[in-house]
Amino acid sequence: MAMAQGGGLFLIALLALMGSVKAHDTQFAVHMAIVAVLALVGAGWRLKTMDVRARDIPLREREASYMDDVIRAGAIATMFWAVIGLTVGVFIAFQLAYPDLNVEPWFNFNRMRPLHTSAVIFAFGGNALICTSFYVVQRTTGARLFGGALPWFVFWGYQLFIVLAATGYLLGVTQSKEYAEPEWYIDLLLTVVWVAYLVVFLGTLAKRKEPHIYVANWFYLSFIVTIAMLHVVNNLAMPVSWLGSKSYPIFSGVQDALTQWWYGHNAVGFFLTAGFLGMMYYFIPKQAERPVYSYRLSIIHFWSLIFLYIWAGPHHLHYTALPDWAQTLGMVFSIMLWMPSWGGMINGLMTLSGAWDKLRTDPIIRMMVIAVAFYGMSTFEGPMMSIKAVNSLSHYTDWTIGHVHSGALGWVGMISFGAVYFLVPRLWHRQRLYSLRLVSWHFWLATIGIVLYAASMWVSGIMQGLMWREYNAEGFLVYSFVETVAAMHPYYIIRGLGGVLYLTGAVIMAFNIYKTIRGDIRQEKPMGAAVEPAE
Amino acid sequence: MSTYDTLRHFADSWGLLFLFLVFLTVLVWVFRPGSKRVYRDQADIPFKHEDRPAADDRGHENRHGRGDK
Repeated sequence: MAMAQGGGLFLIALLALMGSVKAHDTQFAVHMAIVAVLALVGAGWRLKTMDVRARDIPLREREASYMDDVIRAGAIATMFWAVIGLTVGVFIAFQLAYPDLNVEPWFNFNRMRPLHTSAVIFAFGGNALICTSFYVVQRTTGARLFGGALPWFVFWGYQLFIVLAATGYLLGVTQSKEYAEPEWYIDLLLTVVWVAYLVVFLGTLAKRKEPHIYVANWFYLSFIVTIAMLHVVNNLAMPVSWLGSKSYPIFSGVQDALTQWWYGHNAVGFFLTAGFLGMMYYFIPKQAERPVYSYRLSIIHFWSLIFLYIWAGPHHLHYTALPDWAQTLGMVFSIMLWMPSWGGMINGLMTLSGAWDKLRTDPIIRMMVIAVAFYGMSTFEGPMMSIKAVNSLSHYTDWTIGHVHSGALGWVGMISFGAVYFLVPRLWHRQRLYSLRLVSWHFWLATIGIVLYAASMWVSGIMQGLMWREYNAEGFLVYSFVETVAAMHPYYIIRGLGGVLYLTGAVIMAFNIYKTIRGDIRQEKPMGAAVEPAE
Repeated sequence: MSTYDTLRHFADSWGLLFLFLVFLTVLVWVFRPGSKRVYRDQADIPFKHEDRPAADDRGHENRHGRGDK
């Protein structure tokens, strides 16, 4: 097996090397060289660690344990990419405040921005989703992961996708579709990896020992299936050459725009929402040590989300060439999304009913609860911004950026941090985390960071929108564009500082996780123990 | 009528009705009599197989309550 894998990797290295030599552009040559080097390293490592005496654990014994090594790797990757993605985010925030930080040509804002979005959404968020889904599906089906070494292929294939996408952005490889920037050959790689992911997940569900499929898995499965569909359709393109990085999409004009935002909004709906709701439905009950508030509500939550979300995309194209009825459809479905979103939020929060005291003593549950609170806030704000009259003020302004970050930093970030804090001591068989006090520090730094971020972007965005539409008595625009940019400068600095706080929290977490994995335990006063009983 | 028109009219009449009925069926199904107990048991699934996969021969004996712990 190892022999075949090593040989296969060697063959891939050879093909990539040929592609690199024959490439039509520098970017493609660099990418193929990266693939060749990584495949060679992989082949060497596989052959070196090959179990020559065939001491592989017998299948029967292997089936008696969970496959946790790939999840351990995933937890480390999640932490690693979180720090990278947030650092790039802080950097581009300050690029907007101080344009001199733009370093031509590789570190311009326009190349760093997709690096940031992809690093936090796909690298940090994606790794968090993949590793937690592997953990949750095993624990809730009572079965070991399906597919032998296939989960490892998913893990390494996904990291390769991230590395190619990230280096590509800096080199200028992009198809200019927001959140779908990677070019055709990187898209093909992700498609193969994603199908393998689906096979692992479905295979594990198929061999489950538990008759009922727990609701967290429904959310994870809908995330995997929908992302597969969105990714394939939105990236339909014709490469200019099989040995070049450039391709042209098969859609054009308003069809292209609608396909893009059908993709873009459902990436929010099924990647950043459904997937992380899967996390919520497992990790909050586990950390609170009580079952979810209402399992019935979770089923209604799931189906309403599935039936409504897929239609909301057109709200990204208000007042454009998209037909009016499609815009209105997008708006109406967005507003209806209030119901499942808040139903889900209530379900998550009420899981703590009767155990609210844990908020005082357990900073991990506090992190998960603030995540759900931010889920509620940003899913209230989103539908409101999809209303056409509101959108005419908010669209193209920083308000949108603030909204996205209250969802991304607040909901996605915090629930993932909570899940990793939950997982690490269990995966490495530690008694507890290195330090709960540091978790509390992380919690407050992150929360204050988000507040600075969201509040400054609300003010700056609404100000920007109002300045753009300000007419004088003669019907002339009052402000030039550059005046609006100058007016936003102080808010850009506040936003950047908010980002610094959030990043600092993540670095503290990385330290805490590192110490926990090493097996250290910090001697400290337990949380919430200082309160004296009332006289 | 063009293919676009045909598909569009189908989508906003029969298609809409079909999906709406499917959704209503799910809602009614969730509130079927006797489902409360079933759902209470299913909500306990995360607490059952914490450390290792369920053994084959044991079958589903853990169906009620928090077996493994």
